[in-house]
Amino acid sequence: MGESILSGTVFAAGISVGPAILPGIFPLAPLLAFNPFTEPVGVIHYMIVGAVMFTAGVVCMALKRNALGVLMGIELVLNGANINFIAFSSPYLRGDGAPTLGLDGQLIALFVILLAAAEAAVALAITLNFYNNHATVDIDRADDLKG
Amino acid sequence: MELPSVLPTLLGLAWLVPLASFVAILFAGPRMGHHGRGAARVATAAIVTSLVLSLAAMVGWLSQHPVRNAVHGGHAAAHGSADGGHGSDAHSSSDHVASGHDGGSHAADHDAGHAASPVAYSGDWYTLYEGGRLKLSIGWYIDALTVLMFVMITFIATCIHIYASDYMHDELHDVEDHEVHLAGGGHFHRPGRYPRFFQALSLFCFSMLGIVIAGNLAMVFIFWELVGICSWFLIGFYYERKSASNAANKAFIVNRIGDFGMLIGLMALWGALGTLNFADTTDRAGDSQPGLFSLVRPTVTEHAQWVPDGMVKFAAADRIAVIVRKHAGDPRAAVDEVEEQLDTWRGEGLGRWLLLVAGLGIFCGCVGKSAQFPLFVWLPDAMEGPTPVSALVHSATMVAAGVYLVGRFYPVLTPDALLVIAYVGAITLFISATIALVANDIKRVLAYSTVSQLGYMMLALGVGGWLAGLFHLVTHAFFKSLLFLCSGSVIHACHTNDMRKMGGLRRVMPWTAGTMLVGCLAIIGAGVPFVIGTSGYYSKDSILAQALLFSRTNPAHWILFYAVAGGAMLTAFYMFRLWFMTFAGEPRDHHVHEHAHESPPAMVYPLVALAVLAVIAGWTLPGGFSIANMIEQARPAGTGAEEAGGLLFNSFTIPAEHESHEGSVHVVATWTAFLTAAAGVFLAALMYVWKVISPSMVAAVFSPLTAFLVNRWYFDELYAFLFVKPILAVSRLASDTDKGVIDKIIDGIAWGARQVAGIDSWIDRNLIDGLVNATAATTWSAGLELRKLQTGHLRQYIMFIVLGTVALFVLASMLFRSTLAG
Repeated sequence: MGESILSGTVFAAGISVGPAILPGIFPLAPLLAFNPFTEPVGVIHYMIVGAVMFTAGVVCMALKRNALGVLMGIELVLNGANINFIAFSSPYLRGDGAPTLGLDGQLIALFVILLAAAEAAVALAITLNFYNNHATVDIDRADDLKG
Repeated sequence: MELPSVLPTLLGLAWLVPLASFVAILFAGPRMGHHGRGAARVATAAIVTSLVLSLAAMVGWLSQHPVRNAVHGGHAAAHGSADGGHGSDAHSSSDHVASGHDGGSHAADHDAGHAASPVAYSGDWYTLYEGGRLKLSIGWYIDALTVLMFVMITFIATCIHIYASDYMHDELHDVEDHEVHLAGGGHFHRPGRYPRFFQALSLFCFSMLGIVIAGNLAMVFIFWELVGICSWFLIGFYYERKSASNAANKAFIVNRIGDFGMLIGLMALWGALGTLNFADTTDRAGDSQPGLFSLVRPTVTEHAQWVPDGMVKFAAADRIAVIVRKHAGDPRAAVDEVEEQLDTWRGEGLGRWLLLVAGLGIFCGCVGKSAQFPLFVWLPDAMEGPTPVSALVHSATMVAAGVYLVGRFYPVLTPDALLVIAYVGAITLFISATIALVANDIKRVLAYSTVSQLGYMMLALGVGGWLAGLFHLVTHAFFKSLLFLCSGSVIHACHTNDMRKMGGLRRVMPWTAGTMLVGCLAIIGAGVPFVIGTSGYYSKDSILAQALLFSRTNPAHWILFYAVAGGAMLTAFYMFRLWFMTFAGEPRDHHVHEHAHESPPAMVYPLVALAVLAVIAGWTLPGGFSIANMIEQARPAGTGAEEAGGLLFNSFTIPAEHESHEGSVHVVATWTAFLTAAAGVFLAALMYVWKVISPSMVAAVFSPLTAFLVNRWYFDELYAFLFVKPILAVSRLASDTDKGVIDKIIDGIAWGARQVAGIDSWIDRNLIDGLVNATAATTWSAGLELRKLQTGHLRQYIMFIVLGTVALFVLASMLFRSTLAG
C-alpha cells in the first residue's frame, strides 16, 4: 500500500470515475497515518515543503493588505508549486525508472519562473499606477471595480 | 343620287348629332356662356342640324319614291289592285341589301304596281356580337315610316328646344324651390341646372332616333332602355321634390315590368328563330339570311302570316328527338325527314303559341312604354317633370315609341295578339278619358288625354288599322306637344297648375289661347265632314272607320267601336272643359290673372309652328302627297289583307284596312266622329260657358262616381294594395330576417371569435409573456444577488479562490472513486 502511495503515478493511474459517489467517506484518510519524520526522505517530504510554502503564500495573499505583500504571497505560491514539479520530476525520487528524459518537471518549473517574472512585472506596474492614483498600496482601497 | 347609301348616312348623322351635343354639354355645359346659357344653343343647333338632315333625307326619299294619291284618294278610294303582285313580285328588301346601290330601279318597280314588300333599306354599321349564324348589330332599317318619324321627331324636338330655352330660364341662376319643404321650415336653395336639362334632352333625342332607325329588335331594346333612363332623368329633374323623385322612380319601375315581358318576347324570337333583324341580311358567305319579317311572312305564302320553321321545330322538339333516334346513324336522313314533316306539323298548329307569346311579349314592352292598361299609372305622375319634357317625352315621342314598335313589329303579330292589343287599347282609352273628365291639374288632364290617345292608337293597330294607328301617332304628336307647350305657357304665366284658379286668360294670352284652341280642335278631330278638317279629323276618322269595320265583321266585338266612339265624346268634353276653364269666362283668381302675361316670342313661335302643323298634318297636297300616303308606302308586306284568328278567342277576322275606306263604313264613321265630338263640346260649353248645368251639381249628383274618378279608379291604391304593400311587407320581412337572424348569426360568430381571441390573448399575456418575463426577472435578480459578491476586495477574492479550490478538492475526493480506496 505504501509503495503505491509513493508511486509517481498515484494521480494519473489511481483516479477513475466510478459509479459509486461515496465509496469511502474520505479516501485519503490512510495518509493521516503517515509519519514523515520516521520515513526516509522521498517525494512526500518535498510535497510537504511545497504545501507549506503554498499555504503560506495563500495565507499571505489573503491576509496582506499591502499589495507588495500580496505579490510576495503569489511568489510563494508559485514556488511551492515549482518544488512539487521538481520533486515529481527527479529520477532519484521516482522509484520505477520510467524511460523518460527526466526533465519535464524542470522545464515546467522554468516556465513557471518565467511566468512569475512576467506576472511580477505587470503586477508591479499595476501597483505603481495604483499608487500614483490613490497614494497608497492598500488593496482594500482598491474597490473601484466592485459590482 | 344613290339613295341606299345616302339615306343611312343622312339619318345616321341626324341620329348622332344630338349625341355629340349631349357629350359636349356633359363635359363643358356649365362653361358654355353665362351660367351655361350656351347649352341651349348647342342642343338646339344639334337638333336643328338633325332636322335639316332628316328633311334632306325626306326630300331624297320623295324624289325616288314619290307619294301618289293611290291609297287615300278622296278619302274613300279603293286600295288599288293591291293583292295582284304578291307572288310574282320577287322584289323584296333583301334585294336592297344584297345589291345595295340600285334603289332607283326598284323604286320604279315599286311605283308601277302596289308592291308586296315595301321599299326598305337595311344594313349594319357595327357588329356587337357574332357567333355562328347568330349576330347582333347596330344597324339601320329605313323605310318611309322611318324617314317620316325622323322628320316628325326632330321637328317637334326643335320646337321644344327653342321653347325650353326660354321656359327654363329660371334655371340660369340660383333657384329657390318652394315645393321642397325642408325640415326646419326654411326655403330650399340650389344652383340652376340649365345645361343639365339640355344635356338630358339631347341624350333623349339621340335615343329616340335610335329606336326609330334601329335595324333589329336588340338595338330597339337598347335604345328603348336609353329613352327610359332619359325619361327618368327628366321626370326627376326637380329631384329634391319628393313627388318628382317618386314619379321618376315609378315611371322607371313600371317600365321595367313591361320590359320584362319584352325580354321574354325577345328570347322567344332569338331562341326559336336566331335572328332579331327586321329585314333580310347577307352573311359573310354572301348567302341571304331571312329577317323576322320574311320569316313570318315569306314569299312562298304570298306574305300571309305563317309560323316560321324555327318556331315549328322549337315546338316539335320531342317529335324531332324521336326522328333523330330512329335515324341514329344517318343524320342526313333525319334532317330530310324533319324537313318533310315540317308542313304537316305546321298544319297541326305547332309553334302558333310561341309566335303569339313573342308578339305579346314585345307588346308588353309597349304597354309599359306607351302607358297602356294596366301599366298606365306612371304617365300622369310623370308630369312632375318640366313642361317641355312632358311635351316631348311624355306625349309626342317616347310614349309613342310603343305604338311605333307595335307598328314596326306588325307583320309578326298574330291576329290573336292584335285582338289583345285592341282590347288593351280600348280599356286604356276609356279609363283614362273618364279620369280626365274630373282632373283639375291642367297637365294631368293632358296626361290622361295622352294615355287615352295612345289607347286609340293601340286599338287602331289591334283592329287591323295599321295605317290609322301610325297616322294618329304622327298627328297626335303634333297637336299633343302643342297642347302641352300651351299648358306650359299658361303655367309659366300663372305659376300654378290648378285650372280652378285660371279663367279668362284669353284676353291676356291671346296667342296661347288661340293656339291651344287649335290644338283642342285637332285632338277632338274637328272638321267639316267630307270637306276638310284638322289633322285629328283625318286620323281619328280612319280609326273610327276601322273600328266600325271590325265590329261589323265580328259582331261579338261590338264594344270596341263603342269604346272609340264614346272615347271621342269624352275627349271632346274634357279638352274643351280644359280650354273653357282656362281661357274663357271671367277670371276666378284675380291675383293669378293680374300677374299673367303672354309668353315671350321664343315660346310663342313654336306654338304657332306646331299649331300650323296640327291643322295641316292630315291634308293631302295637290300632288298627292300626304303623311298618310307616305306611311302607306311602308306598309309591311301582307298586312293589307284580311286575316283570321282564333287561338285565344272565338274565331274572328281582322278586316283588311282598305275596306274601311268604303262609303258604307267611312260615312258612318265620319258622322259618328263629328256628332260625338260636337256633343262633347256642346256639353262642355253648357257646363263651363253658359253655365246652364252646374258642374258642382253634376258632381254632387254622381258623387260616388265622381269620387271614383277623382281617385283615378283607385288604381294607385289597388296597386299599392296588390303589389307595393306585399313587396314592402316581404322586404320588411327580409330586412327583419337580415337584422334578426343573419346579423345575429354573424354577430354570434364574431362574438365567438372574439372570445377565442380573448383566451388566446390571455395565454399569450400570462403564460408565454410570463415565462419570458420570469426568465428575465430570475436572471435580473440572480444578477442582483451575484453582484453582491463582487465586493472589489482583492483579498476576499483570494479567499474565494482558496475556499473554492479546497471545496473542489473535497468534492472531487468525495465524487471520484480513487484507487486509494480500494
